[in-house]
Amino acid sequence: MNFEIRCRKIVGGDARGLSLVTKQPINFLTMVDIKSGTIINQEHELFGKSIKRTILFFPNAVGSSVGAYVLYTLKKNKAAPAAVVCTNKADVITASACAISNIPAVDMVGTELDLAQFIKSGLKVLVNANNSKIQIMKRI
Amino acid sequence: MQLSRYEEKALRGEYGEATAAAYRILIAIGEATEAEKLTSITWAHISGVNYNTIGEAGLVFLRKYSKDARVRVRTTVNPMGFDRTNPTKLSSKFVRKQMGIVRSYERMGAIASFTCIPYEIFSLPKRGTRVSFAESSAAIFSNSILGLLTNKESALSALASSVTGKSPYSDLRIQEHRQSKVSIKPTFKPKTELDYGLLGYFAGRITKDSCVNFENIPKPGIMTAKALCAAMGTSGSCGMFTLANSERKELIEFDLKEASTLKDELCTSEDGNLIILGSPQLGINELSYLSKLLREKKFNKPCMIFCPRAIHTQASEIGLTDKLKNAGATFMCDSCSCLTPLVTKDNTDSVITNSVKAAYYLKNSNKVRVALKDLQTIVNQYST
Repeated sequence: MNFEIRCRKIVGGDARGLSLVTKQPINFLTMVDIKSGTIINQEHELFGKSIKRTILFFPNAVGSSVGAYVLYTLKKNKAAPAAVVCTNKADVITASACAISNIPAVDMVGTELDLAQFIKSGLKVLVNANNSKIQIMKRI
Repeated sequence: MQLSRYEEKALRGEYGEATAAAYRILIAIGEATEAEKLTSITWAHISGVNYNTIGEAGLVFLRKYSKDARVRVRTTVNPMGFDRTNPTKLSSKFVRKQMGIVRSYERMGAIASFTCIPYEIFSLPKRGTRVSFAESSAAIFSNSILGLLTNKESALSALASSVTGKSPYSDLRIQEHRQSKVSIKPTFKPKTELDYGLLGYFAGRITKDSCVNFENIPKPGIMTAKALCAAMGTSGSCGMFTLANSERKELIEFDLKEASTLKDELCTSEDGNLIILGSPQLGINELSYLSKLLREKKFNKPCMIFCPRAIHTQASEIGLTDKLKNAGATFMCDSCSCLTPLVTKDNTDSVITNSVKAAYYLKNSNKVRVALKDLQTIVNQYST
């Protein structure tokens, strides 16, 4: 099944990858290994999974304002997500980091969809931020 | 978002790549916060100074960025990794890297303040003034207590505001938006700074909006307000609280059971072998309160106090630092307990602190065990 979702552009660009979905916010400073992109916080539902080259669906970043440098570092280490989708509302940490790191970023403000409810991890996803579209290709 | 002709030129790179990059950041955060335009700010406070937090990529970025970028408004910076006058115990590599970051900020024209409590050191603009504060505890404190107007900025967005003198006109920078839909009501009376810290940690975690209300709590003093703001900034994305009593709001209760669950999550030890105070860094009031609590007693465990150099200088003048040193405390200026390279699993098994924010970072980043107790209890238990 293929379908398309409207979203709101925060940082432009296109990216494709496999979805990685969480309903829990992320504190980039404390929760992510900067070399591998692996979530290292045991209490997080993505514990042990890597955000590297994924289309990361998460509500928004929380906590340390330095989290922006962590996302930038991940990009330099080739361990950043291919694109990010904030399922709540894009926050300043995520938006600023994506802008400086050229990571396409979108959020769901202005739509009624609760993406985290029906998007599963492991789907083939195309994010077209410039056209405010997310395409879900098919289950792998 | 509407841009002026000047801003459009700046975005296209006509005033250099550093300025263009800053505008790219401002536009992204402007989109995220649904800004119609940019507005002037008079003060930027930047985080991302400690080498332990921004690392090699941050160091290299700032080295390059600072070649062209210059601050356009008063710019203060967060703590770095150690006390400049006392870098012992650290590897020469860490010291070299850290000083590289410091040089970049100084080259841009930032004030070498190394503090997370700039509001206790620098003259305050009048209420209603727009600023851009990255340090989350300082942003929340400035919005909620001082009546300054800032969003909860990131390290990079506050840097962008510093070199442009602008920030998005959105969210908490607009008076009408500084209202909360959700109100949190503790079913018990918070007394200590630790109670306020746990309340803040809870509020940050459950609040999705930019502003939250607390009701049924006594107006916090400076120490309890700092604890509340720091903890709220640690767990969430909310940038302000109000203290109103209103029936229209969605009400969420915070009971003792919830407080104790949160405490258990952060408090991983009954006891510790090092007392750490100062997240946020301590101000004059807190140093003086600590000295009063101690009276003539001395700490029977090592105690590290983190405070800004400017506060330390003031405290020395009035004999306060000597009193606390005589009680066994050691001062660390310029730095902070969060992600300090001074506390690691190799040199410290477990620490004692009254700060929810410190507990979170010491547990999750420094990987040491933490005993969380309020200051009065710490003094009662660990001084003789």
